[in-house]
Amino acid sequence: MNKTKKMTAPVIQTNKLSLTFETNDGPVHALSDIDLSINQGEFVSFIGPSGCGKTTLLRVIADLETPTGGSITVNGVTPEEARKARAYGYVFQAAGLYPWRTIEKNIALPLEVMGLSKKEQQERIARNMALVDLDGFEKKYPWQLSGGMQQRASIARALAVEPDMLLMDEPFGALDEIVRDHLNEQLLLLWAKTKKTVVFVTHSIPEAVFLSTKIVVMSPRPGRIHEIIDCDLGAERPLEIRETTKFLEIAHQVREGLRLGHSYDE
Amino acid sequence: MLKTLAKGSTIPVLVVTTAIIVFWYACVVWLNAPFERDQAERAKKEITFSQILPKTMEQKRPVLPAPHQVVREIWKTTVLKNVTSKRSLVYHAWITLSSTLLGFAFGTLLGIALAVGIVHSQTLDKSLMPWIITSQTIPILAIAPMIIVVLNAVGISGLLPKAFISMYLSFFPVAVGMVKGLRSPDIMQLDLMHTYNASKAQLFWKLRWPSSIPFLFTSLKVAIAASLVGAIVGELPTGAISGLGARLLAGSYYGQTIQIWSALFMAAFLAASLVWLVGVIDRRVLKRMGMAQ
Repeated sequence: MNKTKKMTAPVIQTNKLSLTFETNDGPVHALSDIDLSINQGEFVSFIGPSGCGKTTLLRVIADLETPTGGSITVNGVTPEEARKARAYGYVFQAAGLYPWRTIEKNIALPLEVMGLSKKEQQERIARNMALVDLDGFEKKYPWQLSGGMQQRASIARALAVEPDMLLMDEPFGALDEIVRDHLNEQLLLLWAKTKKTVVFVTHSIPEAVFLSTKIVVMSPRPGRIHEIIDCDLGAERPLEIRETTKFLEIAHQVREGLRLGHSYDE
Repeated sequence: MLKTLAKGSTIPVLVVTTAIIVFWYACVVWLNAPFERDQAERAKKEITFSQILPKTMEQKRPVLPAPHQVVREIWKTTVLKNVTSKRSLVYHAWITLSSTLLGFAFGTLLGIALAVGIVHSQTLDKSLMPWIITSQTIPILAIAPMIIVVLNAVGISGLLPKAFISMYLSFFPVAVGMVKGLRSPDIMQLDLMHTYNASKAQLFWKLRWPSSIPFLFTSLKVAIAASLVGAIVGELPTGAISGLGARLLAGSYYGQTIQIWSALFMAAFLAASLVWLVGVIDRRVLKRMGMAQ
């Protein structure tokens, strides 16, 4: 997959990035000294226990949080400018579809905000619903769909913006393992097809290893990067790959990283 | 037949209604009997309970009219009277209803406008909310005559002053409900719109407004009943000659308790119908929006 990777400037670049929340119980160091660069077309996972700042880091990239120290660029500009240029699509842990909109209208939501023509909207809806395998469900309301289908619709909604980058915050965390496996496979296919940069937050080691080209192991108090592990399993990744020695080795490496980062102390 | 009845709410409702009517008749006898005994004493006649019993239910000015007297009065003043007649209860109900609806419309608009302002501006939130709450602690009976007098002084009379009092009562539930409704989208939904770089107007029309609709209807049910109360109260201090409030007032001047009770029942019927109507519209709208499952 590295054939498509262009040797250009990184899409996301942080330098000594830190974020401290001031709370009534004193400052909380959510992120501290984060140095990270993510290149075009990479699939990067942030993994770590709760409180390690993985979601916060993703939110900083999305300009949903403002860092208190260091610097960050997204597509070479500030996160705010990148957000205003609609450089990314964000997928939340819950699908968050609007109950008063049908699936196609939900996907149309960002397109309406962008002020696209009805024709352009229709095209993008059709294209992205096909991409997540939801054709035929255009006129359904969210409550008529299963949790997995709702999450697929929310991915289609993020893709409809046609961003270069997908930011995903534990998108399959609330789903059962069977649905999760299926969506992981589909996500990989989608990534291969669209060649987008994906930044993916998870707390599942197998999920991170299965999906990523690069795994960022994070540890808590203060939230920091413990280790960055390359995950070169190749582009073709059937579900069975999870039983291979290579896969298990990388998974072991991630687990060791989490252990050394004191993720298992409590 | 019996089985389907037992499953539904028909039988429990019938039982409770019957119990209320029986209790009412018992009260009628108890409250009206002293008058009959008094009469008999004055006429120096002996009277037995079995003689008193039927008389308590057919008095001209009973302390508490019997249900059938009220029903008869309502029948006489609705079905048997021309609706344009000053003695028709339908005519009076319409007078009250028209100012109720006008006041309800004003109140709803004012309530929504206040809520929109409060949700979008911290200053308004801090400065308006205490006044809105204070406004509802003033007894409406105290402020109603003021409103009527002030509006009369500037040449506004008739329907509008009453509608103003309805508005005064009905804007409050709408404002409070809509503030809650417009603030009901969770952080994730707000963040989502933020990632789209949505403008404030887009955020309002695409997220806040649709999210608030269920809250709006809940408030409207309270508001329309409050509007009716407002319209009736508005008719009391002005010496109005028409409207349900005027019927109540006239009834109490002349000791026409049957007239008072029939006006009360008409008011209750109106209130129930209006709340029911809002409920029907509520279900229709939510169904159209896809939110009724």
